[in-house]
Amino acid sequence: MSEPNKAPAPAAAGRAATKKELPEHFKAYKHVWVYVEVERGQVHPVSWELMGAGRTLANKLGVDLAAVVLGPEGEPLRAAVAESFCYGADLAYVVASDVLTDYRNESYTAAMTDLVNTYKPEILLLGATTLGRDLAGAVATTLLTGLTADCTELDVDADGSLAATRPTFGGSLLCTIYTLNYRPQMATCRPRVMSMPERVEKLVGKVIEHPLGIVEDDIVTKVLSFLPDRDSAKSNLAYADVVVAGGMGLGSPENFQLVRQLAQTLGAEYGCSRPLVQKGWVTSDRQIGQTGKTIRPKLYIAAGISGAIQHRVGVEGADLIVAINTDKNAPIFDFAHVGLVTDAIRLLPALTEAFAKRLSAHSSDKLAS
Amino acid sequence: MHIVVCIKQVPDSAQIRVHPVTNTIMRQGVPTIINPYDLFALEEALRLRDRLGGEVTVLTMGPPSAEDSLRKALVFGANRAVLLTDRFFAGSDTLATTFALATAITKISETYGKPDIVFTGKQTIDGDTAQVGPGIAKRLGLLQLTYVSKVGDYDAANGTIDVERRSEGGTQMLRSKMPVLITMLEGTNEIRRGTMADTLRAARAEVVKWNAKDAGVEDLSKCGLKGSPTIVKRVFAPGPRAEKAAFVEAGEGNPADALIDEIFKRQPTLEAEMTALARGF
Ligand SMILES: Cc1cc2nc3c(=O)[nH]c(=O)nc-3n(C[C@H](O)[C@H](O)[C@H](O)COP(=O)(O)OP(=O)(O)OC[C@H]3O[C@@H](n4cnc5c(N)ncnc54)[C@H](O)[C@@H]3O)c2cc1C
Ligand SMILES: Nc1ncnc2c1ncn2[C@@H]1O[C@H](COP(=O)(O)O)[C@@H](O)[C@H]1O
Repeated sequence: MSEPNKAPAPAAAGRAATKKELPEHFKAYKHVWVYVEVERGQVHPVSWELMGAGRTLANKLGVDLAAVVLGPEGEPLRAAVAESFCYGADLAYVVASDVLTDYRNESYTAAMTDLVNTYKPEILLLGATTLGRDLAGAVATTLLTGLTADCTELDVDADGSLAATRPTFGGSLLCTIYTLNYRPQMATCRPRVMSMPERVEKLVGKVIEHPLGIVEDDIVTKVLSFLPDRDSAKSNLAYADVVVAGGMGLGSPENFQLVRQLAQTLGAEYGCSRPLVQKGWVTSDRQIGQTGKTIRPKLYIAAGISGAIQHRVGVEGADLIVAINTDKNAPIFDFAHVGLVTDAIRLLPALTEAFAKRLSAHSSDKLAS
Repeated sequence: MHIVVCIKQVPDSAQIRVHPVTNTIMRQGVPTIINPYDLFALEEALRLRDRLGGEVTVLTMGPPSAEDSLRKALVFGANRAVLLTDRFFAGSDTLATTFALATAITKISETYGKPDIVFTGKQTIDGDTAQVGPGIAKRLGLLQLTYVSKVGDYDAANGTIDVERRSEGGTQMLRSKMPVLITMLEGTNEIRRGTMADTLRAARAEVVKWNAKDAGVEDLSKCGLKGSPTIVKRVFAPGPRAEKAAFVEAGEGNPADALIDEIFKRQPTLEAEMTALARGF
């Protein structure tokens, strides 16, 4: 989140000497918190990803990991609290109120800042979703503390400070940012940037209920209605197991159909590089990369994509990256696991056909047995 | 209606190169542009003004050369441009940036009239935090409407405004009360072309330049590096992966089959999983 004009190495080196001098009133700040994002009864999976990252930080610091759950009283809220323990939380702070039924900045900011001021965490992590970013910015400014947005790596230093690494300069560089003398140290991470921790059945954990300090009449913004997305795939791309994507190498929107067809055959999601969105060939919710979605599939197939750094940061978490490109020196081959130097426009239909054969042969085996 | 639009001049990062040895940004010759996301905010502001009457003031904090971006905004049709520039602002992080911008907006309010709406872009392409908008809102006590895809009805009698806001799984229809801060979603409109008259006006127009004192900043310790709780300790280039991709050679065979073999060889469990996926289980 820092302005890049303070990023270049020489300037940074001078500041690297800056030491932690935590003011007295911040010394009581302890423990790692993860905000568990519940919207309309659903927990966003990024919350569990952060719980995994938070667990590691808490262990290194020798402190507790707490979940923060906000929402209307009811089964979904209580289920989210129970799940928090299964994903590693030691305790949960809960603010249950009907005022929190729909996400609104005013009520959620009030709930979160009040919790922080009362229970004093040293680290507070949120998902970089539309909700999380809206909330994090307001909370950090209200508390007058530092916030590092869209981190790709979180760690703690020898002196216990949070080291938050994020891309800068349009992804060409990474920088590590500290909030040395303020508390809490806040950071957001985008969905799928951290890996999903294992879920372990756990029945108990301490729950601390906290009242909401405001009532409905205090809130000016009213929700008139909510229109859920029709295309449910919009939110699925980030969480798909198999993703096929196409880039400028495909040359035309017609050829992009080849990507859709392969994805369909595989039961996969499809995506694209940014120029295709800019040209209007594909809708923006399909863009993969720094300014699009981050994905972590088991298999990622990239056809006609050069592998620019802004694209790379969105796909690096994939288990297996397969690149199809006519240029054997394309940067994508520097981070793909498997490469094929060939014309994607010709290969894609063949690949679709070969996959269809292979996978259907298998399923008929299964049906027969 | 008075609308303030915050825009930022940014390096055109499509053209940024990183020095391979020193890992520093090679800034020489990199052209600057108005942060592309801010154009959606500016256009929405101009449309509202055209619809409801009033004035649009554009505000930027940056080096003296950021005047170029403000002039461009005047060409698009903004009524007034304010440049906040002072060496005390250098090295500001989000919190310090919002302090400076919020102070300047207060000054704009005193000088040119109270804004009903403050617009920002969704995010910048260099800072890229999407936090400056929410920060300004909190500092000024404005209601915060982020990721707005459509600005709808304005009810002058009650001072309310309706907006559509992008949320995780859908769109929220909200009714809020002025004054508000709106961060505009990208792709929601298209910036107009400046008219000949606006181009001529912009060339002659005066850009208001304020330093920290002019803008009413009293506490310099809240500005720039001093006022920034975050510290950049290390800047580095992403490391390459240990090994390059293994290239699949099909030889005489079918490259598609050779590729599939390689995929399943590397991820043996994938074959069964994909069979299930392909069958829609
Ligand atoms: C601030 C910023 C943010 C950005 N965010 C993103 C982002 O989120 N996601 C993103 O993807 N990009 C992003 N970009 C753009 C990024 O820098 C690249 O420009 C973009 O990823 C390139 O897309 P491409 O690989 O499809 O096209 P190109 O770079 O044009 O590459 C096309 C590739 O196709 C190959 N090719 C050509 N013909 C064929 C063929 N017949 N068969 C196979 N291969 C072929 C070529 O060898 C080449 O490697 C961003 C840029 C900036 C400045
Ligand atoms: N220096 C600045 N001057 C004016 N507006 C800014 C500045 N920095 C950020 N903004 C506004 O805040 C939005 C979000 O920026 P960011 O938090 O850096 O992603 C941008 O789209 C701009 O509208």
